[in-house]
Amino acid sequence: MLREPGLYDYSPFDDRPKVTWPDGARVAFWVAPNIEFYELDPPLNPGRRAWAKPHPDVVPHSHRDYGNRAGFWRMMEAMAKFGVRGSVSLNVAMCQHHPEIIAACNELDWEFFSHGVYNTRYTYTMTEAEERAMMEDVIKTILDCTGQSTDGWLAPALSYTTNTFELLAEYGVKYTCDLFHDDQPQPVNTKSGRLISVPYSLEMNDTVVLSMMGKSSRHYTDILKANFDQLYEEGAENGQVMCIPLHPFLIGQPHRIGNFTEVLDYITSHDKVWVTTGREIAAHYYEHHYDNVVAALRTRREGGAS
Amino acid sequence: MSLPDDYLKYPKRGHGMDHDRYTWSQLHERPNVAWPNGARVALWVVTQLQWFPMDMKPAVPVPGGMARPYPDSWNYTLRDYGNRIGVFRLFKVLDKLGIKGSVAMNSALAEMVPYLVEQVNRRGWELIANGLDMGHPHHGDMDRDEEAALIRGVLETLRGLSGQPVRGWLSPIRSESMNTPDRVAAEGIDYICDWANDDMPYEFRTASGAIHNMPHAMEIDDQQVLITLRHTEQEYVDQLKDQFDCLYRESESKGGRIMAISLNPWVTGQAYRIKALEGALSYIMGHDGVWSATGSEILDAFKGQA
Repeated sequence: MLREPGLYDYSPFDDRPKVTWPDGARVAFWVAPNIEFYELDPPLNPGRRAWAKPHPDVVPHSHRDYGNRAGFWRMMEAMAKFGVRGSVSLNVAMCQHHPEIIAACNELDWEFFSHGVYNTRYTYTMTEAEERAMMEDVIKTILDCTGQSTDGWLAPALSYTTNTFELLAEYGVKYTCDLFHDDQPQPVNTKSGRLISVPYSLEMNDTVVLSMMGKSSRHYTDILKANFDQLYEEGAENGQVMCIPLHPFLIGQPHRIGNFTEVLDYITSHDKVWVTTGREIAAHYYEHHYDNVVAALRTRREGGAS
Repeated sequence: MSLPDDYLKYPKRGHGMDHDRYTWSQLHERPNVAWPNGARVALWVVTQLQWFPMDMKPAVPVPGGMARPYPDSWNYTLRDYGNRIGVFRLFKVLDKLGIKGSVAMNSALAEMVPYLVEQVNRRGWELIANGLDMGHPHHGDMDRDEEAALIRGVLETLRGLSGQPVRGWLSPIRSESMNTPDRVAAEGIDYICDWANDDMPYEFRTASGAIHNMPHAMEIDDQQVLITLRHTEQEYVDQLKDQFDCLYRESESKGGRIMAISLNPWVTGQAYRIKALEGALSYIMGHDGVWSATGSEILDAFKGQA
């Protein structure tokens, strides 16, 4: 086991290259709905149990299914109202289970990126060959079902092996959402290929804030606005990224959707916001900043820590 | 069955404590302390810069440590966010308000990122030793010689990198063995910050003579309030202000008090929390008679009048 994963170099916020976004935007803003399928009776993974109770665990299973039956449509309409395209973190088995939802996303020109096959099937303990087979299924399923390439990755249920990032670079995935160390994209150290992290904030994630930390919907609204305000202020000096990761079973509840709509209204009403997708942020960063940042990191590394 | 004899007959059942580390003393009975220039409250802000190794298997539970199967990208990179991004938000606020800081640092982090040590030195702030890393909390079953070697190594590293005498010691998660105070005193430490039993410094006996315990904030530590207890940002601000108001009021008749604030950059250094912290610190600095000082400065002023 590694003490330090070595996936990225140290880069202090107060001494790093300036990042810019199109049209002088201060903040690249993207919304990443997790469109997920949770199995009723998933296979057991030695690393983690899917459900707390012996199967079936009816309430948590059906709570998540609510997202696909009811919550998704509410969330989608709120986003469309403010011209926010989703970047879908997709359990690709959704393509087989609920193609109606995939079609609705496609119609709105949303991006699809990988969130594994099922959220109840983890990457823990996979051999390299097993992880490759999973990745190949995902990439093929997204292409066949949506016509899109898999440019982004968020590991299923945030479960990993020590091969994950190497394999992503090898398969041509352009960005990972699995590193939470920064508010700007960052190069990821891989032996071959190129990979960057695009900020996908766990601190802004509805599951983390509403379920794990037990915050109220109105407090979540305050958090999202305050986070945006700070990044908007800092973005005048160096471009920032704000992501709101969502789960339709939470944000699409009747008592929450109004608060979330208010947040979208607030953020998109600012001038210097680039309302975009994960894929577009990554493409812009590769085109305008990647080489410059990699060179600066190399200088820092070779010149000692500062 | 009757109670065993030793349940009621404890040889140390008598007046005062059941150990001889310090003398039993009630705050309200002590002589008033006077701070330099007639200050009423000494403001002691301690930022904790810590490293949570990805392979950590601490002997006692460490809040904020790895909590998911290896490799735990979630917790590793979110803690790391503090040392890359959050810390610079905190320092910017302290600089803006003219607050002289103290920084408690793990020696492993100082070795990996000497840039952070430079930030402390450049500002003329005090460096406090915070153990090796968060994977190595001291604890009651720790081998005596192993602990002595660890403490020696930590202090050698921090003193070597900073050029500071490093007079203060904060154990990771404030956890000690029975020997920790003796071992740090033997290495020239003047004060520890672990014991949560007073608002003022007090004399602490060790095998190498008397040192002091400083009243480092425990109840109003940001991780304690915002993460462990899950209070809102506004409740955190209210708590800091209420704490200050009480101490400020007491200082009118009871002599100089100490307002200790403990900050973790991965907690209050988040974009959505930094303005809340700034508001609370501005409130405190807006009062007459607030002396922003380091731990050593406060301790020396305290000892100067004993």
